[in-house]
This record gives sequence, structure tokens and C-alpha cells, in this order.
Amino acid sequence: MSNNNASTNLAVAHKAVKQLRLEASVRRIHVSQAATDLKNFCLQNAHKDPLLMGVPSGDNPFRPPKSCGLL
Amino acid sequence: MYPSIHPSIHLSTLTSISSSPVIIYVHLAVQQLQTLCFLANFPLAKMAAQEVQPSETIAKLKSESEALKTKLEEERAKLHDVELHQVAEKVDPLGQFVMKTRRTLKGHGNKVLCMDWCKDKRRIVSSSQDGKVIVWDAFTTNKEHAVTMPCTWVMACAYAPSGCAVACGGLDNKCSVYPLSLDKNENLAAKKKSVAMHTNYLSACSFTNSDMQILTSSGDGTCALWDVESGQLLQSFHGHAADVLCLDLAPSETGNTFVSGGCDKKANVWDMRSGQCIQSFETHESDINSVRYYPSGDAFASGSDDATCRLYDLRADREVAIYSKESIIFGASSVDFSLSGRLLFGGYNDYTINVWDVLKGTRVSILFGHENRVSTLRVSPDGTAFCSGSWDHTLRVRE
Repeated sequence: MSNNNASTNLAVAHKAVKQLRLEASVRRIHVSQAATDLKNFCLQNAHKDPLLMGVPSGDNPFRPPKSCGLL
Repeated sequence: MYPSIHPSIHLSTLTSISSSPVIIYVHLAVQQLQTLCFLANFPLAKMAAQEVQPSETIAKLKSESEALKTKLEEERAKLHDVELHQVAEKVDPLGQFVMKTRRTLKGHGNKVLCMDWCKDKRRIVSSSQDGKVIVWDAFTTNKEHAVTMPCTWVMACAYAPSGCAVACGGLDNKCSVYPLSLDKNENLAAKKKSVAMHTNYLSACSFTNSDMQILTSSGDGTCALWDVESGQLLQSFHGHAADVLCLDLAPSETGNTFVSGGCDKKANVWDMRSGQCIQSFETHESDINSVRYYPSGDAFASGSDDATCRLYDLRADREVAIYSKESIIFGASSVDFSLSGRLLFGGYNDYTINVWDVLKGTRVSILFGHENRVSTLRVSPDGTAFCSGSWDHTLRVRE
């Protein structure tokens, strides 16, 4: 029984080391580069963002229409 | 053949002695001794010795593990040359935001636990503690469909991309798909299809790009990808050390990955094809309740019981922003981005929704209205509104 536990712990430890090796080998870029890209994405798409810019009542499906004209 | 150390009694002489117990005992002991000496001369003995002392090898692996972790942190730190809010210093600050509740969806008899938008930007599916799953038309607030699940605490629900089905699950440990019928009178429960089977509660589910596959996360510590039609398990994802509470799929343009967050305080990024965990982030101080990809797919946000939301950049492989305030002491249950990624909405356990400027790291608005914890929050597919669900039994659509 104790041998079984020992080999399971060994397998778990092997797996953990393998996973860490994989994560350590990931290619990374500088935060300055990554942050600039995030900022640029925000700014480029800002005009398309209704929650940011607001949408005129006419186009907005959730806002109640201003007036109801009865013919 | 025989080692230089000869046992004093040779085996062959023992066999001729009568078989009284003591003699047999000695016989066996001598046999063992001989075998051990025999083995000692072979390389196999080395392996046997290792079997006998696995604790040595484990210790070696553990120290390698620690060394790798330190190396990982060092590599990440080397590239940490600036903070996100510093890069965003020149960006115009956001003005005052006024977001009003436009619709309140009432009808659940108990805590709302999860909700999802349909791609048509007007229908919403929500699930609650009392086992009810309701499909609403958010424009009119009408209930279009209602299903009663056989279990309580339906913690996960999702709309299929086609709009023709919904998936849900919770304490039943399963994820079931209900095709939505156009006939209001039809009993949806009759057509129910059980897709996923976990060994603990279902915490989150999401269809992939089509109605054919579902990704699930569970209290059993795993995530899994399922084929809807056959119910077959296509891939499983192991790596979390505790319950997995949330998941989000990467925007389709960025490929086959998804992120999950769990009670082990880790957020893991997975490759859907191989089942491999490709990146892992552990900076939160408590359970991660919600994860959501940034619209470009290069980053993701998380909300946690440690009362903070954080932004992790995938290409820099590190946390790049923390959204927190000393006055916010309750956990964030749910997060989502606005369309451009500039705003991060966080639903909290103190009944409020905090709106954060993602670039500058500051809070731009705090929204009240719910009378209990906000448990779920999603921005609509076209970004015109967002919906929050709460333990106060209601859902609110705001913009």
C-alpha cells in the first residue's frame, strides 16, 4: 500500500514539474508593448462602443420612444 | 554467480531437514537473504533501491518544482517595465456615467444565479435557485419559455449560438440541453437531452462556436468539452486543485483556447484541442468567481472573493492591473467588458455594480438598485446594454 502511495506522489510531482517547465518556456513580450496594444485596441474601438458613447434614443431598443404619434 | 558473502547455511542442506515451523522460517529467511545478495550485484538493484526510497526522488522533484516557480516569476518580472495605467496616462479620462435601469425582469421565485444573452441581442436566459430556467424577451419583458429542472441551484445556463436551444445545470452534476420550441404549449422538459456528466456540481457552461459542442466546468475540479448530439466527452481539462467556478471562451478570431478560474485561486488558460494548460496565473487571494476575455482576446479579467478584479495580459504572461478600493470589501461575483474593452463591469456581493476604467484603473461609476447580491452580469452581444441578475430574484437591464 505505501508503495502505491509513493508512486502516485511521484507521478504527481513529475506532472507538476513537467507543467512548470512548459509554463516557464512560454514566449513573453514586455508589459509596455502589451499595455500599448491594449490601449490602442480600446481607443480604436471606442467610437463603436454604445455603453461608452451612448446611443441616441431613436436607435436604442431599450429606451422608451419619445413620443407616440397617432394619426 | 553467487556473491562473495556466502550465507552460512546453503539452501540445498535445508531441504533435507524435517519441516518443523522454526526450520521453515529460517529456510525462508535465508532464501530472502540470498535473493537480496544475488540482486545486489545487478544494476536492477539500483531501481529496487529507488522503489524502496521514493521520498528521495520526490524531494528532488519538489525542489526542482520550487526552482522552476522562482524562475518563472523572475522571467515575468524581467519584462515588467511599466504599469498599464502609466501607459494610459495621456488617454482622456472618462466623464460621468449615468446608467439607468431600463427593464426589470421579475418572475423568478428565488435567487437568480446565472444569465446569458441570445445572439439576437434581445432574448435572455436565466436560471435560479428554485430550479427554474426562464427565457425572456428583454425588450417586452415577456417570459417566452420556462422549464423546471429536477434539481435546485441551477448555477449555470447558456444560450446556443443559433438561439434555438439553451443549456443549464447545477446540483444535478449534469449539463442538459433543451431545444426551444416555437410552440409555447409544448413541454420543453420532454425534449431534454443530458449532455455532460460530472462528479460534482456544474458551475458554468458555454456553447462553443456552434450548437454542437459544450464546454463545462465543475465542482469536481475539472473542465470538459462535450459533443451535444452524442453526449460524448471530447476532451477533459485537469489541473485545478479545487472546484472550478467559471470559464470563458476566447473570441473566435484568437483560436481554440479558454480560461477558467477556481477555488484554488488560479486562473488557467487551456488549449481546447490538446487539453493542455498553457498558462496559469495565481495572484488572487481567494476564490475566482468569474473570468472574461478582453474583446481583443489578448487579455482576460477576473473577479474574486478577495474583493478585487484583475486584468491579466496573455502575451506578457502576467497580471497588469488590479481594480480595487479600500471601501470595497465584498467579493466580486461576476465581470464583463464593454465592447471596446474600456469599461469593466463588476457585480459584487454588496449588492452594487462597480464600473471600472480598464486603462486607468479607476472606478468611473457605482450602480445601485439590486436588493441583494449581484450574482451574474453580462453585456449584450452588440454592447448596447448589460444585464445583471441578483439574489433579490430579479434581473435588471441597464444602459
